[in-house]
Amino acid sequence: MNFLLLLVLFVIAMIVGYKLISDVPSLLHTPLMSGMNALSGVTVLGSLVATAAAVNTGYKILGFIAIVLATINIVGGFMVTHRMLKMFKKDK
Amino acid sequence: MITIYTVIGLVLTLGVLFGIKLMSSPKTAVLGNLIGSISMFCAIILTLSYNNILNVSLLWIALIVGGVIGIILAVKVTMVQMPQMVALLNGLGGASSAIVALIILFNNYGDLNLVSRLSSGLALTIGAITFSGSLIAVAKLSGKMKQQPIVFKAHAFLNTISICFIVFSIIIISLPNISRVVHFTFTMMIFFVSIFYGVAFSIRVGGADMPITISLLNSFSGLAASVAGFALYDPLLVVIGAIVGASGLILTQIMCNAMNRSLRDVITGRTLVLKADKVIENGHVNHVNKEATTKESKSFNVFEFDDKQNQIVESLIGPILKNAQTVMIVPGYGMALAQAQYIIKELHDKFVEKGKEINFAIHPVAGRMPGHMNVLLAEVGIPYDKLLDLEESNAKFSNTDLVIVVGANDVVNPAANTAEGTPIYGMPILEVYKAKHILICNKDTKPGYSGVDNPLYNDDNVILLLGDAKDSLKIIINSF
Repeated sequence: MNFLLLLVLFVIAMIVGYKLISDVPSLLHTPLMSGMNALSGVTVLGSLVATAAAVNTGYKILGFIAIVLATINIVGGFMVTHRMLKMFKKDK
Repeated sequence: MITIYTVIGLVLTLGVLFGIKLMSSPKTAVLGNLIGSISMFCAIILTLSYNNILNVSLLWIALIVGGVIGIILAVKVTMVQMPQMVALLNGLGGASSAIVALIILFNNYGDLNLVSRLSSGLALTIGAITFSGSLIAVAKLSGKMKQQPIVFKAHAFLNTISICFIVFSIIIISLPNISRVVHFTFTMMIFFVSIFYGVAFSIRVGGADMPITISLLNSFSGLAASVAGFALYDPLLVVIGAIVGASGLILTQIMCNAMNRSLRDVITGRTLVLKADKVIENGHVNHVNKEATTKESKSFNVFEFDDKQNQIVESLIGPILKNAQTVMIVPGYGMALAQAQYIIKELHDKFVEKGKEINFAIHPVAGRMPGHMNVLLAEVGIPYDKLLDLEESNAKFSNTDLVIVVGANDVVNPAANTAEGTPIYGMPILEVYKAKHILICNKDTKPGYSGVDNPLYNDDNVILLLGDAKDSLKIIINSF
């Protein structure tokens, strides 16, 4: 992957994301936010690779912490979002 | 070069995007979230297997520990605590990105190219700011720290110096052929100064400005991941991080518009609230006197309620409740503080039972994060089609017989249309003053967060019930 290609992907993702998220009604802004929160834990992918590649024990420990934190972020985020979304019900 | 990793990564990204698309309606949102989480899970497995590290047990232990803590947090948190939960998760994501950047910078020192160095430095900065800024926000939201803005001496100057120093350091570590010691020292300096900047950034944000801050930190946590993706040349990180960044930006923009603030003012700390603090002190004394003369007949202090007063109130409210055909409830952060959403549901059921039309008018910045009120009301079982946004509500107020305001002040303050030079001037409000009758269940008649007096309190068609919102609502229910 070269830098320019990544930059193009970045810009496209920003634009597509912006478009899609603009359509989410204010009703669901809190779950949207916690869901996005969970997605920001995607950094776990980086921490997994970095930890496995780390040579020194100190870096491995740092990496371990990074994975734990990102996983809390992902699991906590998705579960909380699920809990909230389930509460939204229509009038019978 | 297209690898199988790229192809599967693309499919997973589309899964995430489709999930977000489903979030645009409450009917499909649960499924959308599920698709998002499954895509994420697959992305983790894909990364592990593509890098041949599926059998490294350390990684699995970390994933399981994190997963268990995440589950415990998610199960235990209450809906009222949601703003600090989201802020905390933002902070953890930021911290993780910062640590990844640190490992890249330290572990791979020597064989990093310019892009990797630059983006690692940037990811470290954004991640660390997100981390410390979010922790301050959590402390403020959970009441462990004062909600009022805290301002250091020469705050703006310190911020500017910090930013300049960070930029300088990132340039230094991006230079080729610097010695190991210099590289390590400046990397650590970036980390510490960014942590300081995050604290300085969040600490001067007051309570009601929190929705903007949380949205912005949300955006940062995504950007940190995205930039870390540049350092690792991982397209999945870049793309998903960017989507989160965009989402946070949109919410920040919506919050800023709803509070009539520019993003620049919030970032540079010119929130106008400092000025308003003084107004609260000065205005408070004046206000009490003013009120004693103008509103004695229709303002009741629920804290000092006796039977006689009870009768007067019921005789006053009773007919209004009976005659009202269309009712609108306006909740604010005071409702969350008083935990009044449960009794609001009771009141709602009572109106429904009598065959009246009842809706809820929700201002975008009511509460401490975007959409906070909707979640609290959905939790107690209010159907979501009765939760109206700003425009929908404002279209209805002139045909509304009765408005019940519960713990909201600035968002219904008509001074926003007239009082030039005040912090709320120009802020879009819920136009409750157009309704026939207004009941206000607030703690007191002190101005709201903005420090601007609410002229609504002196209107003839307004009845004030001062005190704990739960007690006031009980009185309304008993008046039926």
